[in-house]
Amino acid sequence: MDSSIKKVIILGSAALKIGEAGEFDYSGSQAIKALKQEGITTILVNPNIATIQTSDHLADKVYLLPVTPDFIEGVIEKEKPDGILLSFGGQTALNCGMELEEQGILKKHGIKVLGTQIPVIRMTEDRQAFADSLGEIGVFVPRSKAARNVKETLEIAQEIGYPIMIRLAFALGGLGSGVCWNEKEAKKLASGAFAHTSQILVEEYLKGWKEVEYEVVRDGLDNCVTVCNMENFDPLGIHTGESIVIAPSQTLSNREYHMLREVAIKTVRHLGVVGECNIQYALNPISEEYRVIEVNARLSRSSALASKATGYPLAFVAAKLGLGYSLTELKNSITHSTIACFEPALDYCVVKIPRWDLKKFKRVSKQIGTSMKSVGEVMAIGKTFQEALQKALRMLDIGADGLVTNHGDLGKKASREELITELHSPTDERVFSIPWAFKEGMSLAEIHEHTRIDPWFLSKIQNIVRVEDLVIQYQGGIIPRHVLKEAKQVGFSDPQLAQLLGCAEKAVRLMRKNYGIQPFVKQIDTLAGEYPAQTNYLYLTYNATEEDITLGSAESVLVLGSGTYRIGSSVEFDWCCVNAVQTVKEQGYRSILINYNPETVSTDYDEVDRLYFDEIRLETVMDIYEKENPKGIIVSMGGQVSNNLALPLMRWGAKVLGTSPTQIDRAEDRHKFSSMLDSLKIDQPIWKELTTMTEAKAFAKAMEYPVLVRPSYVLSGAAMGVATSEKALEQYLTKATDLNQDHPVVISKFLTNSKEIEFDAVAKNGEIAAFAISEHLENAGVHSGDATLVLPPQRTYIETTRKIKAVAQEIAKNLEITGPFNMQFLAKGNEIKVIECNLRASRSFPFVSKVYKKNFIRLATQAILGEELDVTQRSFMELSYVGVKASHFSFTRLLGADPILGVEMASTGEVGCLGDDFHEALLKAMRSVGFHLPVKKVLLSTGPEKEKLDFLETAKMLKNCGVKIWATNGTQQFLASHGVKVEQVSWPNAKDGKSVIDLIEEENLDLVVNIPKNFQPNELTNGYKVRRKAVDHGVPLITNPQLAMRFLEAACANPELKIKAWNEYSS
Amino acid sequence: MELILEDGTAIEGRHFGYPTSVAGEVIFNTGMVGYPETLTDPSYKGQILVFTYPLIGNYGIPDESRLNNLKQHFESDHIHLKGIVITSLTREYSHWNAIKSLEDWMIENQIPGMEGVDTRALTQKLRNKGTQLGKMIYEGHDLPFYDPSKENLVAQVSTPEPIAYGSGSKRVLLIDLGCKNNIIRSFLSRGVSLLRVPWNYDFSQEKFDGIMLSNGPGDPTQVMETVRRLQPWLKKDKPIFGICMGHQLLALASGAQTYKLKFGHHSQNQPCIQVGTKRCYITSQNHNYAIDDQTLAPDWTPWFFNANDGSNEGIRHKTKPIRSVQFHPEAWPGPVDTAFLFDEFVKSL
Repeated sequence: MDSSIKKVIILGSAALKIGEAGEFDYSGSQAIKALKQEGITTILVNPNIATIQTSDHLADKVYLLPVTPDFIEGVIEKEKPDGILLSFGGQTALNCGMELEEQGILKKHGIKVLGTQIPVIRMTEDRQAFADSLGEIGVFVPRSKAARNVKETLEIAQEIGYPIMIRLAFALGGLGSGVCWNEKEAKKLASGAFAHTSQILVEEYLKGWKEVEYEVVRDGLDNCVTVCNMENFDPLGIHTGESIVIAPSQTLSNREYHMLREVAIKTVRHLGVVGECNIQYALNPISEEYRVIEVNARLSRSSALASKATGYPLAFVAAKLGLGYSLTELKNSITHSTIACFEPALDYCVVKIPRWDLKKFKRVSKQIGTSMKSVGEVMAIGKTFQEALQKALRMLDIGADGLVTNHGDLGKKASREELITELHSPTDERVFSIPWAFKEGMSLAEIHEHTRIDPWFLSKIQNIVRVEDLVIQYQGGIIPRHVLKEAKQVGFSDPQLAQLLGCAEKAVRLMRKNYGIQPFVKQIDTLAGEYPAQTNYLYLTYNATEEDITLGSAESVLVLGSGTYRIGSSVEFDWCCVNAVQTVKEQGYRSILINYNPETVSTDYDEVDRLYFDEIRLETVMDIYEKENPKGIIVSMGGQVSNNLALPLMRWGAKVLGTSPTQIDRAEDRHKFSSMLDSLKIDQPIWKELTTMTEAKAFAKAMEYPVLVRPSYVLSGAAMGVATSEKALEQYLTKATDLNQDHPVVISKFLTNSKEIEFDAVAKNGEIAAFAISEHLENAGVHSGDATLVLPPQRTYIETTRKIKAVAQEIAKNLEITGPFNMQFLAKGNEIKVIECNLRASRSFPFVSKVYKKNFIRLATQAILGEELDVTQRSFMELSYVGVKASHFSFTRLLGADPILGVEMASTGEVGCLGDDFHEALLKAMRSVGFHLPVKKVLLSTGPEKEKLDFLETAKMLKNCGVKIWATNGTQQFLASHGVKVEQVSWPNAKDGKSVIDLIEEENLDLVVNIPKNFQPNELTNGYKVRRKAVDHGVPLITNPQLAMRFLEAACANPELKIKAWNEYSS
Repeated sequence: MELILEDGTAIEGRHFGYPTSVAGEVIFNTGMVGYPETLTDPSYKGQILVFTYPLIGNYGIPDESRLNNLKQHFESDHIHLKGIVITSLTREYSHWNAIKSLEDWMIENQIPGMEGVDTRALTQKLRNKGTQLGKMIYEGHDLPFYDPSKENLVAQVSTPEPIAYGSGSKRVLLIDLGCKNNIIRSFLSRGVSLLRVPWNYDFSQEKFDGIMLSNGPGDPTQVMETVRRLQPWLKKDKPIFGICMGHQLLALASGAQTYKLKFGHHSQNQPCIQVGTKRCYITSQNHNYAIDDQTLAPDWTPWFFNANDGSNEGIRHKTKPIRSVQFHPEAWPGPVDTAFLFDEFVKSL
């Protein structure tokens, strides 16, 4: 080990976004642990306040600051570190590191880059240099050439021949890449791409080739191993982040497996990577011909997956190698007896499936391809592909009970033509359509022809269809033991079987038990049982006859995780789960956690005493509960996924800890909750539950439009909408009732001129033990997950906060809350109304805990376990600093989506920053999510009359600050008539004059403010075109008037953005 | 079908392959690829193999075409295993160079298989209690246990007649103890010709530049005849290289002793460190016996050791070009990290 390294700075990946998600919380946390073990002082820079890595118990110092060269230099000057880790914070950290090096900052401060060196990173990122370098050692890469402009692109494409693939240099998740079949498409794609990069790569397109990946580890002594290989179910043409992936590879022979392994090692040695890297291949399905597609010289989504799939702690090992250790000096931290220089043997298979949320966005193509659109992923472990596949499809939590027998005939197409289209031009639901193709009578060969999916995978799917047919024969009768067993072994769930047999889920469970059919617990030990190893990393399988471990031997507490990340439920709930587990351990219990998200810290081998990497579903949780016999289950940490199980678990006889499931139901059920509020005389927005269109129209008319329309049991605003007219209501209701046949629809008055206030608290036996009140910067109408949060509140009356506390206490008492809870309020003047109450941890728990410096989850877990609580409550008014949480939107990646805020949540991640005052905190947060400072050039298009008026003072202030302003016609005229002279630009559809589109293309604008006139994402309006143009051109965009005003005020105030660590803020 | 172990354990499974009962020694391997190579590896003579990887047969069985008189896709001409035990068999295989399914191939070769078995539980039993005798019983047709280690298995798998390969000017005498084809290929691809001779062949009259001792099945002490033929050559200066069984015989010839390992090594992911360096190689292994380092004669020194359990993985003569390794540098199946050992040996010829 390099003993000169005493202090190291680690760069995080900032907000979660499409292509860069929770996996970097995992890798960064592991790196910090690895460094701390060596006595090295760790300095983390990451504004993502919801992560575990930014917790006080990990890094020695945490800077909640933007991961940009200017801020990092500030931290470097202050901390004077010896080394820096760039490869644990995704592309964000890597790009920042390369800039730091280019600007000479690292050299100036004598900082050593640990692990893979910058020239190597640059080589892997610069596509031409990469291709040339691999050519030197006779490794094949796709025929390609780099282009610097559109003209060059077309020339190269001509030379290679269509179809071609366009890739961007220095980008992640296939951003902006795509396949072009002709010159027209190439021109279009290239023009878009050059908005983000100065170089693109034009390469031969290997459609239908197998896509295979290897995760490679190399130390400074040239020891090199491949930890895991993975094969994509979807052949080349679909980004690996968008593909179903299986580990280990299934269709590769020994020769192919080791040919690619050898090339991987040769390549990694040649490049000189030290630490971890990922190599992606295309493999010809009818020969041994291969191409290296890319090498990522850093921890990646794939490495997180490989780490969880094998049990090999890649990030931890990579960090140690960065310090100069050799692989032979490191222990295998799973077995404790063998060394880290080995290649795990799996005796199971793993299936990863991406989770998309495309339905949340209007105008976004549901087709999947070479760019990433997915927002999360799940990983399932089984003994067979079929078992793992069906588990994984359920884990997606999109309403599927497995691959087949799904409600609404998921994946079924109206015609054979539509089915064929789905097969060869896939959407996110293709896998569900394959069984329908078999049912339609298509042969395996035919389906292969359309999908290019390897026949091996297709035959396994065909087998699932066969078993479905077999089971359905026993509908209404008695299913024989061997049939039921086979169905369970190929991954059928009890609900699926219940559907097929025409009985209740409980009946299937009883039948199973009578037959003695149950899943068994198996360990993941990296060595397939060759050496004795006691591990805590477990999964369930029906393809077994014995338990691998002793069950239920200690007093334990079972915590349910949060499952796949999706819009509305993300790393913040993992933070809650990890903290809950830590508290459970502290209180002397064995901690058991169930989770299936490979991008999380909670699924790390060293976080929990027993980790079940399995489904969070009634059937599975009960199976584990019955095996482990814990003191009880904590359901309130994993968001809505686990919370929804409270009542069913209780009904099936499991002990749910904390607030009673009956009370949870009283809060979740709109009727019960509303009548409780009425009886307590607590105000709420008027609402009505309606079952017919006529009633709905009448009620909406009486309320006056706009109205809010939503089904019950919602998280992240799925299927919520605002109707501004009767016509819109009718349209919306068709959609909502389609979505929820069992649930009637709820309509309420949509209030826009109110403030929205977030209340997060912990109670024990109905008494609030700690609470935090944050205000939304935006007025009501913006989903709370998208809103900018301010703590302590800056513009809320003391009287209002006092009332909120009182109301919350009353509700806590009435619902006998023990544990975490969250409420949302509307406030106008000093009047408050309760919008909703969730008897679980909320998205804002990490934010309030870290700003407030009181761990709400620890407290909540202690309450749940019946421990004495430390209830000393500091008033949040005493905080001498301000925290601001801002949202990150991934609209850049969602081609065509209308980037506007509404009642449906759209953000993929968040940051939280601290400042001595509100302006400082806001600016740090906005910088962290990609906004530019200083603001010198702005386009204003301020929408409705009222907003125009509201914005007038801001516009004047901007003028005084010397900001150059352009405005669209109406806004310009309005401002001119009030004495503010700005330059006019015409709307996109105008025939003459300089249009907004030209302006965005020509000027390097710092900000576009476009306030839409409607509350709904709209069709191809002028406003939409402006917003989309800004996003596609990489210009920061604000569509909310309050946020725009506050941001611009702060920018003009121009406070110093201080380099202060989290622990330097104290009250 | 039923698998019965000598300790009385009985395990139920579904039969596939050839309908027959067999008896042998039950062992396991944790490799994830390479079942065609494994099944034809002569080192498995007389054994019943448990695959810990649950999905077997995925890519079918390739054709039996020959190159240099060796089956291109296999490690010998026959399946040497008595039977295999797995979790799940793939019948609908998929691979561009496959011509039949694993099951059809096993039927042709009269090898039974058993699927639907909790191979992890079985592996743990074998690991904890050590290798056991066992029998796979087809439809109640019982048969006695059979202990292959009591026999000279090498004699059963070695070539009956000398065979010459290649036309390279350098010539290696290959003592066939149950040689895998890829050892031969490894020489041919380096331009070296070979004379492959039976395990007990008197090669004193042959002309060659070096001796290669192949891998092979069973207990090395059953093959003392080869050891005796070898001994005089240790005093000469001809290069000698041994692999696996060849390694153990070389050690015995030099006066060292072998012992039976508690767990054995049965995988494709064994880390081996070269003595005196920090270089570690991932190797393919399949053996129950090892050399006792402590018994090495003064002229000999350890060359590699196993990074997991410290057991010996290679020895070399201090002054002469005589060396051997316990692992399989020829790979197939498994990683090819140590193929450079062939380069070194060929260079020494």
